[in-house]
Amino acid sequence: MSDQFDPRSARARIAVAGAKSVTAGVLSDQPRKDVVRNTLFASVLFFAIAIALVALAWLVTDALIEGAPRLNADLFTNSSSSLPLDAGLKGAIIGTAWIMAFVALFIVPIGIGAALFLEEYANKESRLARAVEVNIQNLAAVPSIIYGLLGLAFIARGPLDLGFVVLTASITLALLVLPIVILVAREAIRSVPPSIREGSLALGATQWQTIRRQVLPAAIPGIATGVILALSRAIGETAPLLPLGAATFLTTDPSGPFSSFTAMPLVIFNWVKQPQEEFQVLAAAGIIVLILMVVVMNSFAIYLRNRFEQRW
Amino acid sequence: MQASDIAASGPAAFQKSRLEAARPRYGERVIYYLLAACAAVSVVTTTAIVISLLIPSLEFFGEVSPADFFFGTDWSPTFEPASFGVLPIVVGTLSVTFWSLLFAIPIGLGAAIYLSEYAGRRTRKVVKPILEVLAGVPTVAFGFFALAVITPAVQSVWPGFLGDGPGIFNVLAGGLAIGLLIVPIIASVSEDAMTAVPGGLREGAYAMGATKMKVATRVVFPAALSGIVASIILAASRAIGETMVVLLAVGNTPNLTFNPTEAIQAMTAFIATVATGDIGTGTITYKTVFAVALLLFAMTLVMNLLSIRLVRKYREVYE
Repeated sequence: MSDQFDPRSARARIAVAGAKSVTAGVLSDQPRKDVVRNTLFASVLFFAIAIALVALAWLVTDALIEGAPRLNADLFTNSSSSLPLDAGLKGAIIGTAWIMAFVALFIVPIGIGAALFLEEYANKESRLARAVEVNIQNLAAVPSIIYGLLGLAFIARGPLDLGFVVLTASITLALLVLPIVILVAREAIRSVPPSIREGSLALGATQWQTIRRQVLPAAIPGIATGVILALSRAIGETAPLLPLGAATFLTTDPSGPFSSFTAMPLVIFNWVKQPQEEFQVLAAAGIIVLILMVVVMNSFAIYLRNRFEQRW
Repeated sequence: MQASDIAASGPAAFQKSRLEAARPRYGERVIYYLLAACAAVSVVTTTAIVISLLIPSLEFFGEVSPADFFFGTDWSPTFEPASFGVLPIVVGTLSVTFWSLLFAIPIGLGAAIYLSEYAGRRTRKVVKPILEVLAGVPTVAFGFFALAVITPAVQSVWPGFLGDGPGIFNVLAGGLAIGLLIVPIIASVSEDAMTAVPGGLREGAYAMGATKMKVATRVVFPAALSGIVASIILAASRAIGETMVVLLAVGNTPNLTFNPTEAIQAMTAFIATVATGDIGTGTITYKTVFAVALLLFAMTLVMNLLSIRLVRKYREVYE
């Protein structure tokens, strides 16, 4: 932005309009009325935040109170069952662990690779690069159920034809959260100052040596934040798994990439749908476990971001 | 920038031959193409989504006329005789989205203005991460919350003069739960836009004697408007695509109504209910699912592109 004042620029127009209305307001209002109005306005704003926070607290406490009777060791040692008192999360947790392991295996290299390419190699002014950027931003907002249909048509059946197995779920979820990793990792890579790269190149390092030994180490905390946020999003996703033929009642626990799968949010979803009150209690207990996992992951990501945030 | 470029543009350009790599760096080229392949995954994903939705949809429109699909008011694609009027489930989706926005816009914008203009650094440091956690709560939990808490609460406070109260499954509870789910989107994107408004604009207004409220509502708010609108569109797109809450709390009965106390079927709920693992490829039901998904994808695509463009606009003005 130049220092020259351009009266036609959007910024100038906004400034002038703002100044006009403020001046008009100051000239017409009595100051006493203003104090009341200001306090009222500030309280309304505070109230808005309070509603959001109270609702969140309510959601958690309700699940906690309702699920308390089932929040015990049995929840983690029992597998799926049609009898609510025998049912537990064991199979679902094992399933989720398998799925997440492969999601991480996909998103870490592909996400970092894509972010590096877009930040370090691609010509950012080019149309192609801008199109790819808009494409990634849009992918981040595509409804998750649509990824489920992609998984059904292209991964479970169609070209990849893997069937309804752990790996199908992992690839589907990986595609779903990949934009998150790429967007956050790009941000982290962009915040490494150019002087670091130039110094390294001036010493005779090749471009890849510069990236590997200077850029990546400096950007790792930001990238890790992105990966954890992505995994925590993937762990709670239910909708994309629905078309992938997940079993809600598995006779044996998932045991590898090619075994049939189930996952925590799916099992919880199925419990919520059951008419018996005991299943609702079980669902509430499951929701607490799931929220706890997500909160721990997100808090760790936020901690990483704040702890290692570097000001150059 | 390549090392050789630096050599060529430096003062010792005449020494170029000595500064060039002694041998060709094949490894560097391999890495370049590997990374490019990673970046291409996102393009391939989009292409695959479009192809996977488009082919069955085209087949669908070969069997059902587009006019019947888009303007029909009877949605019973899985019954005999089947009827493919998509309006009931589109209206269902839009009415859930309407109620969610009605709740989320004032709360989200209020939170954004408070955080950007009023809150001290300490408050912001505590509240922002909590909002981020709210954004991370799995949607199945919001569905449970709508079913187990919001619906009974609304039923108990429902004033009789408004007619019959909401049933077990109703648009209102789902709308409120989705509203809660999208508050963090509106709050954080709008707050970003408001923080990006240059301090000079605020200080100018203060110097004219403006109060804090005037600065917030007449300077910062209009200056950040494109970002605020972007946040709302993004939130609406998220609400339209939300599946678990509508599936659990809003019901699964196609119903062409704007009454928020009734159960309806949303587009996502239809897809999630019918597209299970045992659906037969090539059947008309299978094609119907993909036609609805294509419509859903098109709706959210338009909104996402609009929102991306608006965010870019305020970035260009202020950064």
